[in-house]
Amino acid sequence: MRTMVKTIKTPLSEQDARSLKLGETVYIDGRIFTGRDEVHIHALEYLEKGKKVPVEFKGSALFHCGPIMRKVGEKWQAVAAGPTTSSRMNSLEPKFIEKFRPGAIIGKGGMSQPTVDAMKKFGCVYLAITGGAAVLAAKGIKSVDGVEWFELGMPEAIWLLNAEHFGPLTVAIDANGGSLYAQVNAKIKENEPRARARLGLA
Amino acid sequence: MVTEGDVQNAVVELLRKTVVRLPKDVEAALRKAYADEKDEVPRMQLKAIIDNIDMAIKGTTPMCQDTGVTIFYATVPRDCRVDVAKGIVEGVKKATKEVPLRPNAVHPLTRKNPGDNVGERHPYINWKIGDKDYIEITVMTKGAGSENMSQLGMLTPSQGLKGVKEFVLNVALKAGSNPCPPTILGVGIGGSSDIAMKLAKESLLRPIDQHNKDPEIAKLETELLEAINMLGIGPMGLGGKTTCLGLNIEYAYCHTASLPVGVNVQCWAGRHGTVRIAPDGKATILVPEGG
Repeated sequence: MRTMVKTIKTPLSEQDARSLKLGETVYIDGRIFTGRDEVHIHALEYLEKGKKVPVEFKGSALFHCGPIMRKVGEKWQAVAAGPTTSSRMNSLEPKFIEKFRPGAIIGKGGMSQPTVDAMKKFGCVYLAITGGAAVLAAKGIKSVDGVEWFELGMPEAIWLLNAEHFGPLTVAIDANGGSLYAQVNAKIKENEPRARARLGLA
Repeated sequence: MVTEGDVQNAVVELLRKTVVRLPKDVEAALRKAYADEKDEVPRMQLKAIIDNIDMAIKGTTPMCQDTGVTIFYATVPRDCRVDVAKGIVEGVKKATKEVPLRPNAVHPLTRKNPGDNVGERHPYINWKIGDKDYIEITVMTKGAGSENMSQLGMLTPSQGLKGVKEFVLNVALKAGSNPCPPTILGVGIGGSSDIAMKLAKESLLRPIDQHNKDPEIAKLETELLEAINMLGIGPMGLGGKTTCLGLNIEYAYCHTASLPVGVNVQCWAGRHGTVRIAPDGKATILVPEGG
C-alpha cells in the first residue's frame, strides 16, 4: 500500500471526514479534546439531564487519551499523551457519535462494528496513533489551552489541546464502513489453522 | 545503616528510570522487529515506538502516559531493621510528583483518585526474606491496556498440555489489537488460581532472551511464541509479522485434580526495574541497564 501524507484541520466537516481514505497517513492541526471512559459516561448523563457539556464536540477530534500533565507556572504542559485502548468505549461510542457528532476519533486498537456503523452513518473517522508512543504524541501538542471536568482526575478529564502536526495517524476506520481491523481479522482467521498446526492442535 | 529515607530515594530513582527506559532485552527485541518488518503500516508503528524510546531517554520523560500501577517485589535481609514498606510508599508518592507518574490508583468502586498513587493495599508489595546483607527492590509499572487482557484458566487435568496451548493461543487471539502489541506474554502453569497468575506476572521479570531452565518448558515457550507470531495480528493490531516479542513460562506443582493456567499480557513497553541497596545505604540500579 502506498501511503500518502496529508494534514487535516479541526473542526472537520462531514465532507472532510468522508474524504479520508482507509490506510492513509494524516497529521492534525487545531483543537483536539481528550475524552475516555468517564467523559463518555458524563457527557451522555449530561445529555439525559438536559445539561450542557462544557465543550463543543461537533466536528472535533476526540482523543482517547489520559495524559500526564504538568503545571508550569499557570499553564499546563503535556508530558506524555499517548492513546488508551479504544475498545473500552465500544458500548458508549455509537451513542456519543450520534449525539455529539465528532469528526474524528483518535485512539488505538480499533472499535467494534456498531461504532464502525455509527461512523459511516454520521461521517466520522477513526485515526490510529501508535499506543505507548506518548512522547512522540506530546510533541505534536503545541499548548494545553484548558481543562474541563478536572474533578474526574487527571487521566479522565477533558483536556483542550492545541495540536500542530499531531501524528502520524493512520486512517484505520473510514467514514464509509471500511476498517483495517476488519481486514486484519479476516487474515488472522486465515492464519489461525497454521498456528494451531504448529502447536499440534486440531 | 540503611534508613527509610535511603529506601525512599532509591525507589524514586528506580521509578524514574523504569518509566523512561526499557530493559535492554525488550528494546533489542523491538529494534529487531522493526528490522524484520517489510510492510509499510506495521513499519510505521514500529518506527514510532523506536523513535519514542529514543525521545523518552533524551528528555528523561516517561515513554508512555500510562505509567501503570506499581507492583513491588522486595527481598530483605533476615535482620532488616528499616521500614522498607514505608520507604516504598513514600517513594511512590514522591515519584508521582517528581517524575511525574500519572496518578492512576483509584478506589475500585467509587473510582475516587487520591492523586498520589497510594491507597488501600496500594502499592502492593510481594515480600521475600533473602540470605544476603542487601535489600533488593524490583518494580513493575504495569499499564491497564495490557493487564485488562490477562486471563486465568482453571483447566482440568484431562485437558493437559494441549489444553494449555489452546488457552494461551486464545488469550492472544482475544487480546488482538487491544494490549498494544507487539506484546510479551507471561504464562504461569500450575500452583493454584492465585499462584498461576502470580507466576505469570513474575515470569515477565525474566529477560525475554532467556528461556526457562527446564528444556521441555523452554520448548513450549518457543512453540507458543512461533504460533502466536503466525497469527498476523501485528504491531498495534494493524497486521504484520511481529505480534509477540517474547513468551516466558514459569510453573509450580499443583493439586492432582487441577491444572490452573495464568496468562499475563504485557504491552511492548515491558517496563520493570531493580535496585539494590547496600548496608551503607548506597543504591545501585541493576535494571533497566544503561544511562
